[in-house]
Amino acid sequence: MLTKLTHDIATLSRRRWLAATAGLVLGLAAFSNANAQETIKVGVLHSLSGTMAISETTLKDTILFLIEEQNKKGGVLGKKLEPVVVDPASNWPLFAEKARELITKDKVSVVFGCWTSVSRKSVLPVFKELNSILFYPVQYEGEESERNVFYTGAAPNQQAIPAVDYLMKDEKVKRWVLAGTDYVYPRTTNKILEAYLKSKGVKQEDIMINYTPFGHSDWQTIVADIKKFGSAGKKTAVVSTINGDANVPFYKELGNQGIKATDIPVVAFSVGEEELAGIDTKPLLGHLAAWNYFQSIKSPENEKFIKAWQAYTKNPKRVTNDPMEAHVIGFDMWVKAVEKVKSTDPDKVIDALPGIEAKNLTGGTSKMLPNHHITKPVFIGEIKANGQFDVVWKTPGLVAGDAWSKELEGSKDLIGDWVGKKCGNYNTKTNKCGGQGT
Amino acid sequence: MSANFLDRLRGLLLAILLAAAFAAPALAGPFEDAVAKFANDDFSDTDEAIGAVATSGNPLAFPIISALQEGRLSADPDTKKVFVTQADGKIIDAATGAAVDKLPDNAAAVRLNNRLRRAVEAALGGLTLLSPDPAKRIAAAQSVFKSHEESALSVIDGALAKETNKSVKAAFAEARAAILLYKSDATEVEKLEAVAIVKAKGDQEAMALLTGLGSDVPPNVARAAASAIASIQSNLQMWSMVQNAWYGLSLGSVLLLAAIGLAITFGVMGVINMAHGEMVMLGAYTTFVVQEVIRSRYPGLFDYSLLIAVPLAFLVAGAVGVAIERGIIRFLYGRPLETLLATWGLSLVLQQAVRTAFGPTNREVGNPSWMSGAFELGQITITYNRLWILCFTLAVFVILLAMLRYTALGLEMRAVTQNRRMAASMGIATSRVDALTFGLGSGIAGIAGVALSQIDNVSPNLGQSYIIDSFMVVVFGGVGNLWGTLVGAFTLGIANKFLEPVAGAVLGKIAILVLIILFIQKRPRGLFALRGRAVEA
Repeated sequence: MLTKLTHDIATLSRRRWLAATAGLVLGLAAFSNANAQETIKVGVLHSLSGTMAISETTLKDTILFLIEEQNKKGGVLGKKLEPVVVDPASNWPLFAEKARELITKDKVSVVFGCWTSVSRKSVLPVFKELNSILFYPVQYEGEESERNVFYTGAAPNQQAIPAVDYLMKDEKVKRWVLAGTDYVYPRTTNKILEAYLKSKGVKQEDIMINYTPFGHSDWQTIVADIKKFGSAGKKTAVVSTINGDANVPFYKELGNQGIKATDIPVVAFSVGEEELAGIDTKPLLGHLAAWNYFQSIKSPENEKFIKAWQAYTKNPKRVTNDPMEAHVIGFDMWVKAVEKVKSTDPDKVIDALPGIEAKNLTGGTSKMLPNHHITKPVFIGEIKANGQFDVVWKTPGLVAGDAWSKELEGSKDLIGDWVGKKCGNYNTKTNKCGGQGT
Repeated sequence: MSANFLDRLRGLLLAILLAAAFAAPALAGPFEDAVAKFANDDFSDTDEAIGAVATSGNPLAFPIISALQEGRLSADPDTKKVFVTQADGKIIDAATGAAVDKLPDNAAAVRLNNRLRRAVEAALGGLTLLSPDPAKRIAAAQSVFKSHEESALSVIDGALAKETNKSVKAAFAEARAAILLYKSDATEVEKLEAVAIVKAKGDQEAMALLTGLGSDVPPNVARAAASAIASIQSNLQMWSMVQNAWYGLSLGSVLLLAAIGLAITFGVMGVINMAHGEMVMLGAYTTFVVQEVIRSRYPGLFDYSLLIAVPLAFLVAGAVGVAIERGIIRFLYGRPLETLLATWGLSLVLQQAVRTAFGPTNREVGNPSWMSGAFELGQITITYNRLWILCFTLAVFVILLAMLRYTALGLEMRAVTQNRRMAASMGIATSRVDALTFGLGSGIAGIAGVALSQIDNVSPNLGQSYIIDSFMVVVFGGVGNLWGTLVGAFTLGIANKFLEPVAGAVLGKIAILVLIILFIQKRPRGLFALRGRAVEA
């Protein structure tokens, strides 16, 4: 009796539950169908948990902010933009899975995402196979030009080489420490820099190269080594490609061991306003960073952007940084390209993008090049006591991004040209597509 | 020499008197022109202005240059007027010294770059050689030593003759030697003497000075310099061994601090607690919160922030530890695999919770004044934060050891781990002891977080970077033995620091891991294996 009763209740409730679910699913489907006709979906592929969340969360917020602003202006092609945010959790294979999910399941028209080079390399095959578009906003090691990827961050010739030039000319640096985290970006950048320095007559014994693991926290030995290397009577500088969390203990150790920027300046390629927010910057006064954007740069566009951003995040102290600006430029270019071809079809947008111009936040106009890189100004900033940068030098004009480094033996003859040659690695010596990189 | 110095002094006094008597002569002279250059916001103009002002002999030179160094010199680009905001908040016109009520609206601080900062330091060195404060005189002499600016020679000679303080005198002599070494018209005898003095200084700066000496010196001097370099080098070589040992101790203390809580939860209780690192992180975030409160409410207490944070971090992490034990782990005793998975999941939950509450970016935890900077011991630099962490770690270790040995709770803990059933039949509430033991281990991890916030990032990932090292130390030292943890941590620290200069940081770390694997093959129970019933149980 009792069993029968419970059974009845169970069947009843199961049936009800089924009905309810069916209704819900149908309703949802109808709802999302109705939505799909009205919106253009934009994928956001940035880690919101794990090691890289520290840097990438801000970029997710940036894209959401840009989409909101664009929707206020009426969206694109008369449709609202709809963000689809996924969390690849700093897990490289998961990046590929999530990218596939965004493109096939959510049917996004474009993806803004990735930070580390390894995550970009892991999603590349997915974007090629499913023919979609990725905007990649971070400075990277170059040696790549893909049809489906648009690189809005700096190539080495837009960051590393100008920084070294500045140190050589203005600070008269003769001895170089190239310190980096042990992975592909620092290793390739240092290879390019080493070749460049040697071409400028720097001897092997005046270059010290040092790699440390991710998240390295005990810098005592290395800082002492740098100090020793710097006491050879020649002006010494450190070129740092140290990435992520390892920077804080590195700078703390520099400050504590009393290495001042006036003795041995450190120029960093991965330290921006966000990273400095976690350190007491007083002992770091005068150390340098090379970027294509600084929050402290005075221009009407920048002031407007910072104000809107801080209002959006409801945090009057929220900082801005270089990869954010890259997303601003990339987003603007994508919107312009879509409006130009009046379609979000990837093939049409990819063909329309080269040549598109967009205002950057530092008062210039960046242009998408046939190699899918953009033109950018280069700034050298010194760290100030308030965690911001003071620009001490900038390139006279915009610098065009080189997909393939001119300093490396294997890549100096290669160019990327997706307009004329339809090829990412065209060898100008043999006039063939598919020349070997690196 | 001393007559020359007296002349200068008299001149200086006269200038001060004149300035006082006429209270800001408004005549445009070379000094005023030089000062006006600060307003051009051009690095090379600023450079010229620094040189001209520093050598002007004007009493305003020192206030101007020191204000420039500290960012208190501002200029109005339109009127080309330059102002000094004094340390007490009063504002004066830099060219005349006249008091000004307030800065013009468009006045901006005069900008510097590294090249100019060096020029400022050198200029200040020359200007503060006669400061009444001996520490300032030494600092001035050191900056002259670095810049070896010839113009400072006459002042140094004068100051040297008058100086009575022994260590200041030595610093002056070294600065003088540095100048003579680079002065083209100094005699060979003078230069040889200078080489000897610099050689006696014997540190990296001395070496930099000697190696920087060009080839245009007399052959005798070059020979002397070369032999001095060789002797300094061999001396520094010896010191670098001492330095490695110190770095090893310091790294060992960090490892020990991170592992010591785990030595209790894993070592004594046998719980594989993958969320141990997150307890460390909670301690670090407690420090951050304490500092935030102090910054906004009681800024005067900032130097005590860590002392306040230590008990709080212990309580926070300890309470979370007790909650974890009561809520999860007690259901999983004797099932190591499930414990591992559950605590690992928990670590992710805690990380994400902190990320949601505090944001994903690093949080700034400041160093109190007694934990910043460094001092020189012989030829090695010892930073205060590392030194304090070493002392702190040893103190925590001793207190913990004493607690386990001499308190009732310690006795109960040992009883429960050695033979649970026997302890229970003696009337010990074993499950209460389990909870307290786990809480103690977690609380100590929290304390570790306070110390680690001084040298590492305070981010949600803080704990992850220590969890592997902690397990390594506990397993290597011998599970269940605190002394083993101590010896294990310092052995690994020192071995790592002696390997690092030879093999590099990446290979060094790999080598250590390989060595531990080999060691565990040979002695599966670690350095100090526990014998007896506890092990078999």
